[in-house]
Amino acid sequence: MAADRADFVIAGQALRSRLVLGTGGIASLEVLDAVVEASGAALATVAVRRVDPAARGGILDVLRARGVAVLPNTAGCFTAAEAVLTAKLAREAFDTDWVKLEVIGDEDTLLPDAVELLDAAEQLCDQGFVVLPYTNDDPVLARRLEQAGCAAVMPLGSPIGSGLGIRNPHNIALITEASIVPVILDAGIGTASDAAQAMELGCAGVMVATAITRARDPVRMAGAFRAAVEAGHQARLAGRIPRRHRAQASSPVDGLADL
Amino acid sequence: MVNGQEHTVAPGATVADLVRSWCASPTGIAVARNREVVPRSEWDSTPLMARDVLEIVTAAAGG
Repeated sequence: MAADRADFVIAGQALRSRLVLGTGGIASLEVLDAVVEASGAALATVAVRRVDPAARGGILDVLRARGVAVLPNTAGCFTAAEAVLTAKLAREAFDTDWVKLEVIGDEDTLLPDAVELLDAAEQLCDQGFVVLPYTNDDPVLARRLEQAGCAAVMPLGSPIGSGLGIRNPHNIALITEASIVPVILDAGIGTASDAAQAMELGCAGVMVATAITRARDPVRMAGAFRAAVEAGHQARLAGRIPRRHRAQASSPVDGLADL
Repeated sequence: MVNGQEHTVAPGATVADLVRSWCASPTGIAVARNREVVPRSEWDSTPLMARDVLEIVTAAAGG
């Protein structure tokens, strides 16, 4: 199972942190720099967007100075064709084969379009990309993405930016139990305990953007997530006790004084 | 068209010329011409044609 591995390895590359940072919503490059440091993240997503000729220094400089690998996403793509071209542009621009594949099917919920997503994943895997697809919390779709050659699967906890946490922990557990590639919980995380829960459910990592970048104190929240991901991972490895409906005394019954 | 705007270039201008005029630095940049990536190694040898549609992209903050 993914979370039982000592290291967090994607496509043969060991990452020093199980927290993947999303940069969307960050207030400034200065805040980003402090958040990256506090989070300990080794991998951070960026979007591919038109060059603004008036733009000042870049997000890539901040990430590279901190030794953080860039994971380009295909956010904003609604078809496989758009996502594949975006991934190719990202590969050219950022010199990485890695892509967080997003193919969205609905503007209100930003839920993935399963059909376009699988199509894009198959094309990109065939072309040698390291594909990390943002997917529904659907164990069957996750398996199909794995079979297509994806290097990880990134099921949502709830809609992007909603902060609703993990709405279907049972499905996340089904995905982590069956998956042979790392499962990274993506989207919907609201606060640190959600990330700990994801790890306890067997995820190999957690991706967090909005819950950190739009927190009142993003730097403090980044530190909280760092601790929560580690705590959840350790709890998973330690093995939680079974749930039971009645109490089980923790103090011994033997030796009880006759009072 | 460059990034959704009408744009006129000198006759014989290449993708490399356009990138130089559009971007402060060519690092972290990619170019699509008529929905095909133009590899960096081909920027110098790719002339711009009338009615080409170009997208010049880079990294932005994103989830």
